Amino acid sequence: TLRLICTTAAVQRKNAGASGPEKYTEAFIKKQIEEFNLGKRHLANMMGEDPETFTQEDIDRAIAYLFPSGLFDKQARPLMKHPTEVFPEQRKIQWGEDGRPFHFLFYTGKQSYYSLMHETYEKLLNVQKHQDQLKAEDQLKAEDLPLQKEKRNLAGSRWLTKIELEEMLVEKVSDDDYSRFIRLLQKLAALPCADIEEKYIQKFSKEVPAQLQRVVIEPLQYDERGVAFSTGEGKRKTASATAVVYDNGTGKITVNGIDILHYFPVLQDREQLLFPFQFLGRIGKHDMVCTVSGGGRSAQAGAIRLASAKALRSFVTEKEVEFMRQAGLLTVDPRVKERKKPGQEGPRRKFTWKKR
Amino acid sequence: QLDRGCALHTAARGGLSSVSSQDVPTERPRAVFHTSESDPAKHTEQHEGRLYNIPLEEVKAVFPHGLPYRFQQQIQTFNEARVMVRKPALELLACLKGSNFAHPAVRYVLYGERGTGKTMTLCHVVHYCSKQGWLVLHIPDAHLWVKNCKELLQSSYKKDRLDQPLQASVWLKNFKSSNERFLQEIKTQKKYLWGKQESTEEGRPLGEVVEQGLARVRSASDAVGVVLRELRQQSHRGSFRLLVAVDGVNALWGRTSLRKEDKSPVSPEELTLVHNLRKMLRNDWSGGAIVTTLSQTGSLFKPSSAYTPQELLGKEGFDALDPFVPIPVPNYSPREFESCYGYYLERKWLQHEKAHTEDGKAELQFLSGSNPRQLDRLAGPL
Repeated sequence: TLRLICTTAAVQRKNAGASGPEKYTEAFIKKQIEEFNLGKRHLANMMGEDPETFTQEDIDRAIAYLFPSGLFDKQARPLMKHPTEVFPEQRKIQWGEDGRPFHFLFYTGKQSYYSLMHETYEKLLNVQKHQDQLKAEDQLKAEDLPLQKEKRNLAGSRWLTKIELEEMLVEKVSDDDYSRFIRLLQKLAALPCADIEEKYIQKFSKEVPAQLQRVVIEPLQYDERGVAFSTGEGKRKTASATAVVYDNGTGKITVNGIDILHYFPVLQDREQLLFPFQFLGRIGKHDMVCTVSGGGRSAQAGAIRLASAKALRSFVTEKEVEFMRQAGLLTVDPRVKERKKPGQEGPRRKFTWKKR
Repeated sequence: QLDRGCALHTAARGGLSSVSSQDVPTERPRAVFHTSESDPAKHTEQHEGRLYNIPLEEVKAVFPHGLPYRFQQQIQTFNEARVMVRKPALELLACLKGSNFAHPAVRYVLYGERGTGKTMTLCHVVHYCSKQGWLVLHIPDAHLWVKNCKELLQSSYKKDRLDQPLQASVWLKNFKSSNERFLQEIKTQKKYLWGKQESTEEGRPLGEVVEQGLARVRSASDAVGVVLRELRQQSHRGSFRLLVAVDGVNALWGRTSLRKEDKSPVSPEELTLVHNLRKMLRNDWSGGAIVTTLSQTGSLFKPSSAYTPQELLGKEGFDALDPFVPIPVPNYSPREFESCYGYYLERKWLQHEKAHTEDGKAELQFLSGSNPRQLDRLAGPL
């Protein structure tokens, strides 16, 4: 069985559409669509816009304006969307008036799944036939095709997940079935002449764009005196800081116009500030001027540390940037104060338990 | 980096440095950070940044009560007293050497942030003066006189003043032990009555007044007042030089934390000791000098970021001390930092492996901000 390693929010959503028979009739959905269109025109009139050119974004903005909500969960706020997005896809009744099903594989129970498997296998046989034809004509053409395949794989694509497949077929797919389908797809894609069916395979694969993003390191800027400097920003638990690190310095650090010895009388905070410079071995070489606000003593120290590490990236080789990243100097600390729950005294502490 | 340090210091060596520092530096690096010039009179800019030794007997004689507590602990640990020669001290010594004693006494105020070495500079100057043969009037911490006093007696001399017998007797004891020979030489000029029966005749040595104060604790504060007044009146004659060294002089003009029996707060003028000391600090006498330090650490009701004379003395104090020479005491310069660090290394005070490296030194400098007190506290657990 395939194990999901990367998970996104889309993957974890459950598919409600493929479960069970129809809950909403077609007439009902049609009525909802009419009501939605009427409502859209009314809303446009209310907002003073043109009803003809009222897009979904305009609807969202209007609703957010008319019904402001402070709820944190975006999906809990008031919503006005086209019914096809709101009501999950349902399967229409699969048989006609005489009780005879439309699809020939209806009595297998999983008609869409088996029809999909049949299609894919047909494509596979097609490709193999094509391959044999090519082999019969010429042996050399088979070698240049693997290169194109590597390009496609390296782009960071992944196969459709089980839930996405269920959405596409609008019926339940079990784990075994899903893994069989994926194996078949992989076999198809692995063949040297699979380019013919490229379009078909692309229907079942998705790009993972997150890997392609690279953090851009800003170049050094130079101020009037000719001294190189760079800025960085950092946050930690309600405190936000900006740091400007200058080159050719003596190791003096100023926070909000005050020397660190006076601003951070506690040794621990000063050690936090020291850490990025000590890690790179540049303790006495840079000057720093920072501004910080919000948070408490420790949070401000952590924010300045992150900001200075980000600023130091511009002064340092890529390998050292990678070292810093692995040391945890460049990651934002996600810990924030946990919310207090009702029925408990604090986020975790329960009330004193009394036996009677 | 030790070799580099050696080169720097050997280049700045003067002719007054003694034999030990002329040895091959790489073999005995300890000599680089020290001078064996233990007479402060001979300290010049060449000795700046180096530590000099005070023999332990002298320490006991000159400083019965002046040194900061942490420094006393350090003396006990290292079994020697090493004081760093720093620029403010050298300036003061130069001023003192060049001052004209016929003029009224000049007032010097040492000020600076917390833990930069003002008290140590004062002790350096006191050591110099006592070596030169001056009479040293050293008040270790004026803040001790305005707070945490358990006993307050109403003064018999003036009705509205309050006495502090304990503090006065402690101070008299220390004064006696540090200035023994003067007490025999100086004679009183007036007759003083202590209560109904005892009195001190004219022409008796001052030592008797001190004995009287120690024996009769009730009149100790008055004895202090008498001593101060006698010294003030006789100093212009020139038979001895008088140095008034007060640490934490801003206590004399601030508020006190003492209360009278009816819970009303006591102002500093109502304390005999403070009153007499204020008279001492007025520059209407000649034949000596007044050296004072401001101190925020013991001061009451003052914000912790205040360190200038204006802030700490308040308007009253500033006016009273008005024509004074302010001397700022900064944090360690890089050279001073290196010599302090080298001293700790050499006495094996820094045990951590990383402390011996260049990185460790940079780290210490960063974390302490070159502040002597911070460095001392940092080096403690290492």
